[in-house]
Amino acid sequence: MDFPLTDPFFWETVIQGLLFGGVLALLSLGLNIIFGVIDVVWICYAELIMIGMYTIYFLYSDYGVPLPLAMGGGVLVVAVLGAALHHFIIRPILHTEPINQLLVTGGVLFFLQGFATLAFSVEFRNLGVSFGSIEAGDMYIPTTRLLAFVVSLVAVVGLWLFLKRTYLGTAIRAISQDRDVMPLMGVSPRKIYLVTSALGGGLAGLGACLLVLLYDIHPAIGLTFGPITFMVCVMGGLGNMIGGFIAAFIFAEFIALGGFYAEIEWGYVIAFAFFIVMMFIRPQGILGTKN
Amino acid sequence: MTVATVFKAVGLLAILAFPALGFSDYVLHIAISILLWGYIYTGWSVMGRFGLVSLGHGAFMGIGAYVVTMLWNHAGITPWIGIPVAVIVSMAVGFMIGFPCFRFRITGHYFALVTLALSEVVRLLIVALRDYTGGSLGVTPVSVISADNPSSFLAMQFSDKVSWFYIVVAVWVIGLLIWRAVDRSMIRYAMEAVSQEEDAAASVGVHVTRTKLIVTMISAAMTAVGGAIYGQYQLYINPETTSGIAISLQIVFAAIAGGMFVQLGPTVGAVITLLLTETLRQTVGHDVHGLDVMIYGAMLVLFIIYMPRGVVGRLIDAFERRSETPGTPGQARPQPGE
Amino acid sequence: MLELKNVSAGYGTFQALFDVSLEVRAGEAVAVIGPNGAGKTSLLRVISKVIDLNGGQISMEGVALNDVPAHRIIELGIAHVPEHRRLFPRLTVEENLKMGGFIADARAHFEERLAYVYELFPRMKERRHQLAGTMSGGEQQMCAIGRGLMSGPKLLLLDEPSAGLAPVIVQQVFDLVRRIRQEGYTVLIVEQNIQQVLKVVDRAYLLEVGQIKMSGSSQELLENDDVRRAYIGL
Repeated sequence: MDFPLTDPFFWETVIQGLLFGGVLALLSLGLNIIFGVIDVVWICYAELIMIGMYTIYFLYSDYGVPLPLAMGGGVLVVAVLGAALHHFIIRPILHTEPINQLLVTGGVLFFLQGFATLAFSVEFRNLGVSFGSIEAGDMYIPTTRLLAFVVSLVAVVGLWLFLKRTYLGTAIRAISQDRDVMPLMGVSPRKIYLVTSALGGGLAGLGACLLVLLYDIHPAIGLTFGPITFMVCVMGGLGNMIGGFIAAFIFAEFIALGGFYAEIEWGYVIAFAFFIVMMFIRPQGILGTKN
Repeated sequence: MTVATVFKAVGLLAILAFPALGFSDYVLHIAISILLWGYIYTGWSVMGRFGLVSLGHGAFMGIGAYVVTMLWNHAGITPWIGIPVAVIVSMAVGFMIGFPCFRFRITGHYFALVTLALSEVVRLLIVALRDYTGGSLGVTPVSVISADNPSSFLAMQFSDKVSWFYIVVAVWVIGLLIWRAVDRSMIRYAMEAVSQEEDAAASVGVHVTRTKLIVTMISAAMTAVGGAIYGQYQLYINPETTSGIAISLQIVFAAIAGGMFVQLGPTVGAVITLLLTETLRQTVGHDVHGLDVMIYGAMLVLFIIYMPRGVVGRLIDAFERRSETPGTPGQARPQPGE
Repeated sequence: MLELKNVSAGYGTFQALFDVSLEVRAGEAVAVIGPNGAGKTSLLRVISKVIDLNGGQISMEGVALNDVPAHRIIELGIAHVPEHRRLFPRLTVEENLKMGGFIADARAHFEERLAYVYELFPRMKERRHQLAGTMSGGEQQMCAIGRGLMSGPKLLLLDEPSAGLAPVIVQQVFDLVRRIRQEGYTVLIVEQNIQQVLKVVDRAYLLEVGQIKMSGSSQELLENDDVRRAYIGL
């Protein structure tokens, strides 16, 4: 093997990892905001993404809706789904043991997966949209991945501005610090939770827009992206969006380089093992502080 | 001899006499599956009932199934040795994951997600070691049985369902006994204190970390045995059916659906889930994929919202409420549904 | 302005208030005094509808509050500065003030009210980008009152503003309450520090085990022998 620093394939791998990190960062955003604000882990988060992918696919392929509109439709559907998930399933048990809320969304995971299998069958579907590659020196960077990366960054910044600048965003941050005082500010916590759930769902829908360009769609795709998304969020510190952002890139590089030196599964094995080790070194997440 | 003992004895005899009733292999297969999964769910609930909700028991099942099969296929080591090895490996893994978790008080969501990562590590390791494990295509324990030689004790391979039935009954009964032993021992009181008031328990001198570790290792070992038996019975294993998030969640949900706070709860969970799957398969057929998973998911949602203590727990609650006499209010139970 | 008639309220099966009637007229400062656990905080909480009314009537400027949900009370001109201040610790001072002006009517006036609060409490202007949780107790109380003022209320409910503060700071907090009064706000204040609070209000009610036991001008209560013996320790 060549010395890696002079090997263009090595650099291509590093860049692929970076771009994949952008996707993971976006995937972790919605889950993080839900956890940070409502203190619930949506185990079915990746299944919401899967539903978004199918929505985009069918709108585009079967109904001939232009791709950007189809994507908007996907985001909308998943946002509504997120709000419905909260309203009908999480809210009735919001005051019970926290683990119940995690488990109930696990039921939703099976439901959505079963539903997708039933309605769309197990066949793999591909949107069949390609934007080609960009050539830089000896490296090839697929345009879709670059696009996904840029969209992720824009979404992160947009979300940050929303949370920092707007009244609603400030209320979303405030409610995670003191829920019971919110009515005294004229804020209905129920409404904020619903808005946050729709926002989390919308971010999952945005994730779907990117994944649908990059991967085949099938009912079990959630199981591929779910665990890694949870790991990213936990390693960044559940609810800590900047931490999640950094963790996304660390994971992505592990996976990419693992795939470069061995097989892609080894990348995942090392990334997950690294995650477990990190949990013991920094149980609060990489940026976490002991409270 | 109490009524309960007589009841249990009669129940066990009825189970033991079950194969003599001349049921088809299909019915026996369902019975074996119920008992085997009931045993695995019982193994999970040994720790689950103390608030240690592991989403990673697929890891221990995978270790059980693959350690035994790999030793047999690649080294010719009999499962009778392979199973103890798998038990030791799973307990070591349980210790490795449990010790830091309990030491650093990683609980609730975090514990669930760390254990989930563990089950993914095991699944992906199995896939990545495809040269030995067959990867995601799965692997078959090298068969030594044939029409002439229908069973091999050494290879733990039996072609008749009745043998398997008795093996699984024995394992299941041992599982229930372990559940009760854990329940009855001091651990019970200590752990209940732990799950309610961590600091208070620590202050009265209970060694929280050690107690949790013992329970975790027992649970891991039980699940590994379950995985090993599953592999020997099915004579085929693959990473998806033994490890990974789906199987881990299935273990958790069946235990919860039945009721993890009662000895027979997890077994009832196995009855519910298997009968649901089988009934749907009989009525709507093989072609309608996904319907069983969908109904299963919907049921779980309803269970957790309306019956967080599971079917058996709910029945017991209802029974106790009815048997309460006016003037002597029953012991207040924590009602998660409130 | 605010009127309570035969109000009963509680938490679940526990009843905290029995048949409480009281009135706050525009421009007045009124105190509700009493020992720990008398139901003082519950009284303010039922006015804000954070806890449910079991019986009786509450009205603000003639509008019945009985069916108004908690998060709409502030729109009627009632700002509640809760016990222990309850700032958002990881929001900045300015973001806390922004939350105080969350309601639609208040947003249009955000800049001017912010300037007003900063003028009233220059210390808050200095610390506006500091996280609220990192300030001292007295500063947090300023911020909490400032947050209450951001909605442009007519009536300010203050719950134990001096609780948990060092004696020197307690004095500052009562000076602060006096300033608020001078600014023309109507104030209903709940306090355990009876001697101090009676110096800043016009009238007071004595609440014991959820019932009004006595009422009168601050002077009358200060001179009442029972009050002096039981609460002031003279």
